[in-house]
Parts: sequence; C-alpha cells; structure tokens
Amino acid sequence: MVAVILSLALLVLDHRFHHLQHLRSTLAFLTYPLQYLADLPFTASRWLSETTSSQETLLEQNRELRDENLRLKVELQKYESLQAENLRLRDLVDSSFKIGDRVLVAELSSVDLDPYKQQVIIKKGAVSGVFEGQPVLDAHAVMGQVINVTPLSSTVLLITDTSHALPVQVLRNGLRTIAVGTGRIDQLKLPYLPTNSDIVEGDLLVTSGLGGKFPPGYPVASVTRIDRSPDAPFSSVFAEPHAHLDRSREVLLVWTIPNQIPVASAPADPVDDAPATPGTATPTDPVGDADAGGTQPSPERGT
Amino acid sequence: MSGAGEGRLVIVVTLCIAMLLAILPMPEWARPFRPQWVTLVLLYWAIALPHRVGVGSGFLAGIVLDVLTGALLGQHALGLSVVTFIAIQLHQRIRVFPFWQQSLGILVLLVIEHLLSLWVIGATRGVAPGLSYWGVPLIGALLWPWIFVTLRKVRRHFKIS
Repeated sequence: MVAVILSLALLVLDHRFHHLQHLRSTLAFLTYPLQYLADLPFTASRWLSETTSSQETLLEQNRELRDENLRLKVELQKYESLQAENLRLRDLVDSSFKIGDRVLVAELSSVDLDPYKQQVIIKKGAVSGVFEGQPVLDAHAVMGQVINVTPLSSTVLLITDTSHALPVQVLRNGLRTIAVGTGRIDQLKLPYLPTNSDIVEGDLLVTSGLGGKFPPGYPVASVTRIDRSPDAPFSSVFAEPHAHLDRSREVLLVWTIPNQIPVASAPADPVDDAPATPGTATPTDPVGDADAGGTQPSPERGT
Repeated sequence: MSGAGEGRLVIVVTLCIAMLLAILPMPEWARPFRPQWVTLVLLYWAIALPHRVGVGSGFLAGIVLDVLTGALLGQHALGLSVVTFIAIQLHQRIRVFPFWQQSLGILVLLVIEHLLSLWVIGATRGVAPGLSYWGVPLIGALLWPWIFVTLRKVRRHFKIS
C-alpha cells in the first residue's frame, strides 16, 4: 500500500514538477555500470571490425572522406564570405549576432530504452561539460536536447518524443510555429498553424531560437503533408525530421551561450566549427592549400 | 549470518542480470517483444522466498528499472510493487501448481504489471502502444518454466532459504 502510494507520488512529482532530476541523476550514475556492460559487446564488436578491416577498405573510405572533405570545404568558402557579409550588414543595422558555436562529438550508447519513448543515451556527461537542456544535433539537423546528465553519460530526448516541442520557423517566409513530437521516429506535427497560413509541402523548417535553448537557424525538418479541412480552425501539418534519428551513431553537442562553455578542454577533442584554420588542411591534400588561400580574400569580396 | 548476506547478494545479482537483459540492445523489430525480465525474476524470488523479497524490493527494483529505461520515475515501481504483493499473498498456492498452471498464474500477474504501465503511459499522454504490447506478457509466461527451473537451481546451489 505504502509502495503504491509512493510510486504514485513519484509519478506525479516526476511528470508534473520535474523535481526528481537529482534523484534520477544519482541513480543513473549508480546504474552506469549496468549500462556500460550492456553496451560493451557492441562497442567491442565495432572495435574488432574496425581493427580487422582490410587496408583496401580503409583506403577506400579514406578516399571517400577526402572527397567529401574537399566538397565541404568548397561550400565553406562560400559560406564564409556570406558570413562576413552578413556580419557587416548586421553591424550597419546595429544588431548583435553571435557566431562560432562550440561543438563536441559524442557517441551513442547502444543500450535500449523504453520503446515507447524517444530517448537515447550518449557517452558524454558532466565531465565533458554537458549540461541539462543542451541542444544535440547530428550531421544533418537538430536531434533533440539533453534531459539528464550523469558524470559519464547523458540522456537525450529526441524531437519526436511526444513531450518535446521545438520552436521553429519556415525558412522560406519566416513564419514561426511550434513543432511537436508525435512519438513516431519519422514524424513531427505542427499543430498551431491556422488554416490560411502560408505553408506548402517541402518547406524547410529551421530552429527559430525563440525557446532560448536551441541556437537559431539550424535545419529541423521539411513539411511532408498538409491537411486543410475548411471546418477546422487549424490545419494539421506533418513534417519529417532531417536528422537521422534512428541511424546516427555520432551526435554533436552544441554550446551557444558563452558562460556555459566549459573552461577546461574535454578529454575528447572539442571541435570549433568557427572558420576552419588553414592548419587543418592536410599537407598531402593538394587542394588544401588552395582552399586555405581561398578563405583569405573572401571577406574582401563582400565589400 | 554470512549465509543470509550471500543469499541477498545472489538475489541482487540475478536481478542485475535481468536488468541487463532489459536494456540489452536488440534489433528494431524485436524491441516491442522484449519480455519483462525483471518482473519474472522478481516474481520467482517473491514466490520462493516471500520472507526475503517483498514489496519493498519490488519497489526498489522498479525505481532502478525506471532510471535505466528512462521511463517516468515510478512507472515500473508501481507495477512491480503491486505484482510482488499479489505474488506473496498467493505464493503458497502458486508453488504447488504444475508448470503450465503456474505459467497461467504468472501470465495474469504479468498482464497486471503491463496494464499498470499502460495506465501510466496513457495518463501522461505517452504514445499508445500497439497490439504487440500484449504479446509481451504471453512471451513472459512461456518463458516462465525455464526461468523457474534455472533460478531454482541457482537457489539450491547457493542454499538460499
């Protein structure tokens, strides 16, 4: 009887007031060995397949990555000149603009969680400076946010969970709305759009930055289906997340607010996605130098 | 006295293994069919040694399971404490049943646990699980004879009473 009442009390506290984060963090830290054990065979097998993969495969992969790197760098040149121009224009209108978010790569743990909730565990925790509410991205788009931190691991709530809502903006016209999770890994819902709002299939949704948690301007999803029924005040709009929520193995943790950036550098190398330094170009890459030279004059091009 | 301590250790270790099984990565299609390992192991101990494993143990195991699976705190704790309570009330009857009848009894208990979980999910606006949700207790009940025999061996080996 007591246990039942206690359970119900815990349920209400956790669901309504979120007072139990500390308790949950502590317990999660104590159960970390179990998670580690469950994940171990998969980490080991991945390590084994990596160390035993043939040289040809590695060379092949290396070549592919180099090609992709080249392509991305070319795109970056364009981006940098645009950024410089943007900063100058913003200076003209006296509006502040922050660039250079700090990011950290974290690996997913393969531990299975409650199948009816959209959560994942990442193998980076408070030791690396992860904090509650931190935005998590993958290479394509926004994935979710950190909801629970222990020293060595943290739990990420994906944007498709039913309890997650994300302030977004339509890139095409700046229309602001909220994207709510549906509980299905490939679908988001935009429930607060009036029937006459200007939105079409294929529109790209980006974060608006209004919630104060996510940095503005990151891609989220594209609109896949719009049901407008004349008798309903709101149209039901569905969108598909761009992030590979069920496939990504690595995620990016982002720091945008300056005072939350940890002072000591984390053990795993934190990457700065601010302008790529010429030093990162490998000497063997013939185009690396050309690229490094290319970034220099680009700010002038804007004037 | 050291025997009692060792017994507790064995019970905790079996529960830990059950929890490990509860979060072990499985292929996507098999995930909705994961048996309620912790419930099954806990039920065995509650039926075999009701004076050692009680509602409190069920509650604690439930809390740990909630934290491990990222469920709402108390979701499994509620179900497990209710189910251990019923199991302890009925342990003398369940013990003398033949296997298939035991499995039926266990099935009822597993369904009760699952139902309580479903209520919690429903009350907190979670995703309504599909019909496969009810296959889980069935799988658990089919697994019961094996779990019973294995854990009985463990219990006799370590002479826990």
